[in-house]
Amino acid sequence: MNRELLAAILSGLLFGAGLAISGMADPVRVRGFLDIFGNWDSTLVFVMGGAVVVMAVAWVIQGKMSAPLLREEFSLPETATLDVPLVAGAIIFGIGWALAGLCPGPALIGLVLVPTSAFIFVLAMLSGMGIYQITMGRK
Amino acid sequence: MWEISNAMPIQGFIGGIMIGIASAILLIGVGRIAGISGLFGRASGLTRTDTPWKVAAGFIVSLLVGAWIVQVASNEGVVTRYPSEVLLVAGGLLVGFGTRLGSGCTSGHGVCGMSRLSRRSLIATPIFIGSGTLTVALMNFAGIGQ
Repeated sequence: MNRELLAAILSGLLFGAGLAISGMADPVRVRGFLDIFGNWDSTLVFVMGGAVVVMAVAWVIQGKMSAPLLREEFSLPETATLDVPLVAGAIIFGIGWALAGLCPGPALIGLVLVPTSAFIFVLAMLSGMGIYQITMGRK
Repeated sequence: MWEISNAMPIQGFIGGIMIGIASAILLIGVGRIAGISGLFGRASGLTRTDTPWKVAAGFIVSLLVGAWIVQVASNEGVVTRYPSEVLLVAGGLLVGFGTRLGSGCTSGHGVCGMSRLSRRSLIATPIFIGSGTLTVALMNFAGIGQ
C-alpha cells in the first residue's frame, strides 16, 4: 500500500471521528446553527473554529515547504476570480444545507449511523452532482 | 436572547480540532485540500481531478469507518435526528448541484479555504451560511420542519 493512500486513510478516519464527536451528524443541530433568528445553536462555530485554527497553522507550515511530505508537488486551487458560478453555487448549496440539515461530510458518515435516511440524501446529492456534470460540467 | 444551553461547545471544539488535524495531514502529507464534496465526486467517478482515485476513495471509506468507531465506542451513540424524505431529496439535490457549481462545501471552503484566507472561500462561506439562515427563517415562518 502506498504512503499517499495511508495518509488519506488516516485523514479520513480522524475526519469522520471528529465529525461524529462534534455533533454535526445531527441535522437538527446543524439547522439550529442556521436558526440565528430563532433558537440558535452555537456548536458549529466551535467545530469550524477548532478546525480553522489548526489549519491556519498548517497553511503557515505549507508556505515554508517546497513539496508535500509524500509527493513531488502540491495540488492546490489557485483560482482567485470571484465569479457567478461561485456565488450561485454557494447560494444553492446553502439552501440545500438548510432544508436537510446536512452537508456532504455529515451525510456520508450518516451512511453508517442511519443508513436508510442518509442513503436517500446521498443518492439525491449524487444526482445533483450528476445533473451539474451533464448540464454544465467540465471534466 | 439566544438560548445556548443546548449547544455542545466542548465536543464541538474537540471534533473541530480533529477535523483540522485530518485536513492538515492531507495538506502537508499529500498536498491536497480536504474538501469532502470534491473527494466524494472523485471517489464516485463523477469527476476527474488529478487526485488519484485510490486516495479519494480511501479517504471517503475511512471517513465512514471513523464515524462508525465513535458510534460503537460511545455509550449513548451518535445523535442523528433526520428530517422527512422530501426534505432529504430536495436538500440532497441542491447540495450536490451547488457544491459542484460553487467548487466546494463546508470543509473545502469553510475550513480549508477560510484558514488559507482564499478570496473565493471568504466570499462563498458567508454566502452559504447566509442563504441557509434565510432558508431556515422561511421554513420556520412556513411551519416546515421535520
